[in-house]
Amino acid sequence: MTTIQERVTTTAPIVTRKKRDWSVAVRVAVLLIASVFVLGPVLWTLSTSLRPPSESFKLPPAFLPLNPDLTSYTQVFKQLNIVALVVNSALVTGLIAVGQMLTAALAGYAFAHLRFKGRGALFSIVLATMMVPAQVTIVPVFMLIRGVGLSDTLLALIIPAIPTAFGTFLMRQYFMGLPGELAEAAAIDGASPWRTFRSVYAPLAMPGLAIVGILAFNFHWNEFFRPLIMTISEQNFTLPLGLVSLQGNLGTGSISVVLAGVVLSMIPALVVFMFGQRALQDGLTAGTGK
Amino acid sequence: MSTATSTPTGTGSEPGRKPAHKGGTTSKRGRVQQRWLPWAFLAPTIVGMGIFTLLPIVASIALAFFRWDIISAPTFVGFDNFAEVVQDPTVRVSFLNTIVFVVVAVALQLGLALGLAIMVQEKLPAWLRVFFRSAFFFPLILSAASVSIFMRYLFNEQFGVVNWMLSLVGIPAVPWLTTPGGSAAVVILVYVWQNFGFSFLLFIGGLASIPVETYEAASIDGATGFRKHFYVTLPLLSPTTLVASVMAIINALQVFDQPYVLTRGGPGDSTRTAVMVIFESAFQRLEFGQASAIGVILTLIIMAITAAQFRLSKRFVFYQ
Repeated sequence: MTTIQERVTTTAPIVTRKKRDWSVAVRVAVLLIASVFVLGPVLWTLSTSLRPPSESFKLPPAFLPLNPDLTSYTQVFKQLNIVALVVNSALVTGLIAVGQMLTAALAGYAFAHLRFKGRGALFSIVLATMMVPAQVTIVPVFMLIRGVGLSDTLLALIIPAIPTAFGTFLMRQYFMGLPGELAEAAAIDGASPWRTFRSVYAPLAMPGLAIVGILAFNFHWNEFFRPLIMTISEQNFTLPLGLVSLQGNLGTGSISVVLAGVVLSMIPALVVFMFGQRALQDGLTAGTGK
Repeated sequence: MSTATSTPTGTGSEPGRKPAHKGGTTSKRGRVQQRWLPWAFLAPTIVGMGIFTLLPIVASIALAFFRWDIISAPTFVGFDNFAEVVQDPTVRVSFLNTIVFVVVAVALQLGLALGLAIMVQEKLPAWLRVFFRSAFFFPLILSAASVSIFMRYLFNEQFGVVNWMLSLVGIPAVPWLTTPGGSAAVVILVYVWQNFGFSFLLFIGGLASIPVETYEAASIDGATGFRKHFYVTLPLLSPTTLVASVMAIINALQVFDQPYVLTRGGPGDSTRTAVMVIFESAFQRLEFGQASAIGVILTLIIMAITAAQFRLSKRFVFYQ
C-alpha cells in the first residue's frame, strides 16, 4: 500500500514537470506569434502615422515609431474637420451612455425590486428584443426620425439608442444581487420608495452602472452603420464616418494622414481599455454564463 | 431564479402594508404610490423601446408588403416584394456570400479562440496570461471601420505589408482586393482578426469553470495532452461552445462595416452581404418595401438558426 503511494508521488511529478517545461515553451511561442499578428497591424498603423506622408508605403515596413514625424497629424487637422468629428462623436457617445445608464438603472431596479402586474411578461419582451438585429428596424426608425424632422441631426443618433434592453437586463441582474432587506430597513426609517432607490440602491449599483456606461461608450464611439444612414451633411458626421470618407477622398498618396486620424480616434478607446478593461470584459460576456 | 425574484419583492411589499396601523392617510398614499411607481421607473425604457424597437418591428413586417419610395404614397403589393427579392440575382448572391462568410469566419473564429484559450488557461506565468488576454481582447475596442481602413492598406497588392511578408517566403503578390476570391478572403480575415477575442473570452470563462479534479482524474486514467482535451475539455466546455457559436453566427450574419469599407461589396457582387443589400435597396435605391422584405427574411434565418442550434444542443451539449 505505502509502496504504491510512494511510487506514484515520487515518479509522476518528475515526468510531467519535464514534459511541461517543454510544452510551456511551445505554448508561449505560439501565443507570442498570435499576439504579433493581433498587435502588429495596430503598431504598423501607429508607426506609419508618425512618418512623413511620402514614406507611407515604405517597405520593409517599420513597426516601431522611431524618429517620429508629426506632419501627418498637422495635415489631418487641415484636411479633415477633426475637431468637429471628435465633438460630434463625444456628444453622441456621451449622451447615449448617460441616457442608457439612467434609464437602465430605473428599469432594472423596477424589474428587480418593485412588484407590479405583468412583470415577468414585460421582462421577457425586453429580453426578446435583444434578438432582433438593428438592421431590420433601421428602415422604420429612419422614417420615424424623418417624420418628426430630426433627419441629419445628432439627435437622430442619440434618442433611438437610449432605451437599452441589454443594459436593463444587466442592471436587473445587478440589483437582484442586492438584498431586499435594504428596502425594508429604509422603509422603517421612513424613506419613500424613490428615496430608497436614490439613496440606498443606486449608490450600491455604481459598478454595474459603470459596466453599462463603458459598454455603451465602446459600442457607440465605434458605430458606423447608423451614422452612415442617419447623417447626410459632413458637419454631422461622427469619427468613423469622417475617417472612411477621408480615405475615399484622398488617394493612396497620403495614407499616413488617414492613419493619423485613425490613431487619434483610438485614443479614447485606449483609455477605456486601460482603465475599464475588466468592466468591459465582464459586460461583454454578461448573460452568456450558465 | 424565481425564488430570487420573489424574495426581495415579498419582503419589500410588507413595509408598505405595515404603516396601515399608524394612520389611514399614509397607507393610502403608500398604496397609490406603490401602484404607479414601478411604471414611472419603467416608462423611459418601455416607451423608448416601444417606439424605437417594437413599433419598427411591426412596421418593418407591414412595409414588406408595400411598395414605397417615401415620395409617393405606399401601394399594397402583397407578396410581390418577396417574389422579386427571391429572384433578384444580386440578393441571391449576397445571401449565398453571407452564408459562406458565416461558415468560414465562424469556424475560424471559434477554432482560433478555443485553441488559444486552452493554451492561455494552462500553466503559464501570471503576467504572461494577463498580457495574452489583453492582446487578444484589444481589437474588440477598435471600430470596425477604422480597422478596415488600415487593413485595406496592409492588403494592398503592390505596397501592402501582407504581400511583402509573403514575398519573404517566396509567395508571389496576391491580388487581394481586386479579385473575388481575394476580397472574400480579406473580409473574412479582417473580421476574424477583430472578433475572435470575444469567443476567446467566453472560452476562458468556460475553461475556468471546469473543476481541476476532473483533469486530475483524467490524468490518473492516463489521459494527457491532446487526448485529455478531446475527452475532458471539449465535452465539459460544450455549454460555452454553444453560447459562443450562437453569438458568433448571429453577429456574422449581420456583417456590414468590414465589407462596406474594404470592398464596397466588390469586385462585382463577390463580397456583397445580406445587410449591404438591405442598406442599398433602402437608402440608395429608395425601395423601402424590398429592403424590409430582405430584412424579414434575414430575421427569419437568424431565428431559425438560433432555434436549430438550441435543439441540436440537447443532443450534443453535456451539462454537468
